[in-house]
Amino acid sequence: MSTTITAVPTKPWQASKRERALDTGIFLAAITTSFLVVALTSMKGKLAYFTIFFIAYALLTSVFKATQRGSAAAKDAFVNSLVAIGAIVTVIPVASILDTVLRKGLPGISFNLFTHDMALATPTDPLNNGGLLHAITGTLTMVAIALFLSVPIGILTALYLTEIKGRFTGPIRFLVQAMSGVPSIVAGLFILSAILYPITKAYSGLMGSLSLTILMIPTIARTSEEVLNLIPNELREAGTALGGTQWRTVAMIVLPAARSGLVTAIILGVARIAGETAPILLLTGGGDKVNPNAFSGPMGSLPYYIWKSFNAGSPEAITRAWAGLLVLVGLVLILFTSARYLGSRKVAK
Amino acid sequence: MSVQELVIPKPREITTEPRFSDKVFRGVVTTGGLSSLLLLGLIALFLGYRGFEVLRQEGIGFITHADWSISTDDAGNVLDSHFGLAAMLVGTILCSLIAVAIALPISVFCALFLNFYAPGWLKKIMVTIIDMMAAFPSILFGIWGFLVLMPSVEYWAKLLHKYLGFMPFFKMQVPFYTRSPFVAGVVLAIMIIPIITSVSREIFSQAPLDRIQAAYALGATRWAMIKAVVIPHGRSGVIGGAMLGLGRAMGETVAVFTVLNIVFQINWQMLLGAGGNVASLIILKFGDASPYEIKALMAAGLVLFAMTLIVNALANLIVRTTGKSGR
Repeated sequence: MSTTITAVPTKPWQASKRERALDTGIFLAAITTSFLVVALTSMKGKLAYFTIFFIAYALLTSVFKATQRGSAAAKDAFVNSLVAIGAIVTVIPVASILDTVLRKGLPGISFNLFTHDMALATPTDPLNNGGLLHAITGTLTMVAIALFLSVPIGILTALYLTEIKGRFTGPIRFLVQAMSGVPSIVAGLFILSAILYPITKAYSGLMGSLSLTILMIPTIARTSEEVLNLIPNELREAGTALGGTQWRTVAMIVLPAARSGLVTAIILGVARIAGETAPILLLTGGGDKVNPNAFSGPMGSLPYYIWKSFNAGSPEAITRAWAGLLVLVGLVLILFTSARYLGSRKVAK
Repeated sequence: MSVQELVIPKPREITTEPRFSDKVFRGVVTTGGLSSLLLLGLIALFLGYRGFEVLRQEGIGFITHADWSISTDDAGNVLDSHFGLAAMLVGTILCSLIAVAIALPISVFCALFLNFYAPGWLKKIMVTIIDMMAAFPSILFGIWGFLVLMPSVEYWAKLLHKYLGFMPFFKMQVPFYTRSPFVAGVVLAIMIIPIITSVSREIFSQAPLDRIQAAYALGATRWAMIKAVVIPHGRSGVIGGAMLGLGRAMGETVAVFTVLNIVFQINWQMLLGAGGNVASLIILKFGDASPYEIKALMAAGLVLFAMTLIVNALANLIVRTTGKSGR
């Protein structure tokens, strides 16, 4: 008879109970310090709590580590707290923005909002008067036209960069990246100078969508390029080995394999332009009525509606602006989440 | 008897000449690719063409003078006009530099946290949040900044002035803190944090794993490892990311317009409530501009376009070369 001895798995790198207790102790000590300092000195407010807590925590941990393990560990502990501050400070604005939009926007949301336009109302009217139907339809129309124009150009550009790799690959990739940094107002001014003044001479939804197209092309092209680069080269070789021409290989094998990634690229492009304000202010004229025709007459849109209500300044108008922002943020978040969902699935099946 | 002649089929010519369908395909794709190239050229061309008259009249003064005025008679003829962008250019540079100065350390620490400190689940959540932040429309940042953030930032500005007022950049003669370049800089900083963070995260994640492990094996603490391996590897990439953020901050329009008090005076005091921004100038003056003033605005747009294009191109160049030189 022999007894089998099983070694109990140990995890020596994990903090022991004593160490954890000490960490918690330091944390609590830092909180107490911040409360004491705020109570005893003239420093007041959230900022004071926050700053003193972090200074106290960083100092206490590093002094503690210094006594235990020397200066290298102290530096490490100090950087630990700096890094944590960086992460927290990054997240705070998002939390604050979402919180404010929800709190201030919800009172302005009603069924009315989605069935009426502002033709017979001004932003300073009571909230049950008028709505943002014209803004929603306008935004959707403009985004649809921009999609129709930018998707072919964006994806063709990406295909040129990944499939053809011709003489212009370098310059095109470089310029597409530079183009994604073009300020939106410049895109608006370009349409204004190149099309609106010399040719159409009138504000319309189409002008807005043309400027949105310019802003959307680089997003779609860059994301699609990344997606197409992920398609394994074996697929392309297999297509060619079966006797397919390049055209058949791309159309029947590469593009279907990249489909969900390409959809993600397009959705990200839409999310980028849905809330674009500056060119809309220059080009669309911002009508208050539902205008189904993008080719003539001013056209409302969510950013314009928010802008106009915000500048009207009365409490009702500000609530309208927040409600509009809530709808816009909701739209962007839905687009973003679906892009994430599609993007996280396998590229090729 | 007839001898049946043996027909030897002619060997098919071997060629690299693409088929007709491929030629069409290549043609279409190349056209598509070139059209985005064309678009960028057209933007510069048209803005330059429209703004040419003003640029010629003002000459170099367009970027060195600080007054913006136009007077017309009743018929709308231009009597006298002075267009100078200097105040706006100074404001643009000031606001975006403040933004980068605030955003860069926060973003770098956040990227370090995401790559080397955060557990997997937290990293996933935070990356989603940061990407989401990048997709928020700028008008949202503007209105939130004006109504929610500005009171706090004004308070911070007062503190800075009170305790650090001896430093040259926090000096000011008139205590007027509302809608200052500092406020605009903080709002812009929040807008560019996601950009700098994701570029830095990408660069840091390319740090050579074997060296990281070697550093740990030699007994380095986490910070010692970062200092010895990650920072030397990622330094120039982070600078590129910061420049991308700078380009974004310089071109931002609506968010700056809502929080900044636009004054046609060169002002380098960042806490004083008087600033300028080229993009906001265009929105501000566009509404009631005469045709001649519109031309001046086009020229301003051209200047802005050139500035952002140069900054972005440099930034991309830096980021790309770092990405390539993996080790």
